[in-house]
Amino acid sequence: MPRRATRKTESAEQQASSRGFWTGTITFGLVSVPVELVPANRSSHVGLRMLSEDGRPLQRRYYSQKTGRELEDDNLVKGYQVRKGKYVSVTEDEFERLAPEKSRDIALQRFVEVSEIPPLYFEHSFFLLPASESVRAYHLLAGAMEKTGQAGIATFVMRGKEYLVAIIAENGVLRAAILRFQDEVRSPKDVGLPARKEPAAASVRRFERIIRKKSRKSLPRDLMHDEQTLRLEQYARRKASRHKDVIKGKTAPEEGAEAVDIMSVLKKSLERAA
Amino acid sequence: MAARSIWKGVLKIGTAKLSVKLYSAVQDHTVRFNVLEKRTMTPIKQHIVDPETDHEVPREEIRKGYAVDKGTFVLLDDRELEQFEPKASRDIDVVEFVSPDLLDHRWYERPYYLGPDGDEKNYFALADALAGTGKIGIARWVMRGKQYVGALTPNDGYLTLVTLRYAEEVLSAEEIAVPKGKAISQGELKMAEQLVDVLRGEFRPEEFKDDYRDRLMKFIETKGRGRKPRLKVVRSKPAATTDLMDKLTKSLKAAQKEKKVA
Repeated sequence: MPRRATRKTESAEQQASSRGFWTGTITFGLVSVPVELVPANRSSHVGLRMLSEDGRPLQRRYYSQKTGRELEDDNLVKGYQVRKGKYVSVTEDEFERLAPEKSRDIALQRFVEVSEIPPLYFEHSFFLLPASESVRAYHLLAGAMEKTGQAGIATFVMRGKEYLVAIIAENGVLRAAILRFQDEVRSPKDVGLPARKEPAAASVRRFERIIRKKSRKSLPRDLMHDEQTLRLEQYARRKASRHKDVIKGKTAPEEGAEAVDIMSVLKKSLERAA
Repeated sequence: MAARSIWKGVLKIGTAKLSVKLYSAVQDHTVRFNVLEKRTMTPIKQHIVDPETDHEVPREEIRKGYAVDKGTFVLLDDRELEQFEPKASRDIDVVEFVSPDLLDHRWYERPYYLGPDGDEKNYFALADALAGTGKIGIARWVMRGKQYVGALTPNDGYLTLVTLRYAEEVLSAEEIAVPKGKAISQGELKMAEQLVDVLRGEFRPEEFKDDYRDRLMKFIETKGRGRKPRLKVVRSKPAATTDLMDKLTKSLKAAQKEKKVA
């Protein structure tokens, strides 16, 4: 899917991942560590594009409902629907100014065992890279956290949204795991699951036997790939090697339709930081 | 208020079968916005356009191509694409069980509760058996035209199924190298470790609130009544510190003092 397609409900994390970097500051006591955030998850991307009848990549564009005229970015604004047909606009400047200065810092005030955080809380992750002037402070924090096996918990505001994060150190690299807030995680009671009934000991033992029998020492890695995408790609490449239905378009890049190549972004950032 | 189940399936573990219902375990409170035309404050329309002619392309004329190279596409029609769609099924196949520390949190994507669909006794028996063995199940299923891999985990006497990202979607830390700076002294490291120790505690998610969301909603409400709320000007940040040892010493003292008071 072209990236611009998500624009209507674009969230801050999508913006952060698609528009490059967000720069923030981790504070640890009086030590502050400026860092850059880059996504640690990439979307498994089917390389399918929309094309014209003669094979030109198509674009998604925005038009006024009133005049039908095409709209550029500076003619657009975010609006919150307060009732049907009535919107309140919030400008980028207002989003910025709604965040108190302190709330932009990732202030580590509590350290916990990572294993203590339930799986339900984890959303997605970013890598944190040191800004050039903070390389030592970065390694100090990463070193101390890795040695003690602790994750730092904090909230911070990034691009018009507040996040709960766990900062985790691994192999000398810091990572921010975005967590859900407690009011975003439901309990079995919230969901309306029936009250627990004590199962018969024999039934529990039967399941335990099955679990032990089917227990393995490693993950079934071969089953954990995006087969649909892989098979589709193989099929397309086979077809290409037979010169079937191949269209060589102009090399003009399709605006907004390319997937973000995180590795090339990361490499660039490292060159700058070195 | 009880939630509605979003899907029904059958857990298959070896020869055992268990009918279950899926419920979303999360509710997103993100404030959602529409993109509007600034001048008229009305929602916008989007069209698929041929950039060469600037004309809208009707849906039935859009062709799909797989980019095998930059600017080179292999055309694929709907019939060809359909053969890659997974076959619809109600089965949730539990492939194997593993120790939970084989999965790290970066795999977790979306959590669901499983609820019993009829057979409550066996549902709770499975939840207890999983908790008792300390294992999690790795499951595969097809839901709404998409193939999923998930972790079957016990949660407070109930079962949850957390969808997992595919291997391709998780970047490993080994793929990136962080620039090395001047070496950290043992003294500095020790001091930083002590500071971590002082701040050690339990994970209590109720202590962290989304204040920005409240602030944003209040702002929208005020602005919606025709008033213009005043906002502070954002100032730039002071430069980062260089004398680490000094800062650490002061931080540690302050943190220890606070702990004694608390």
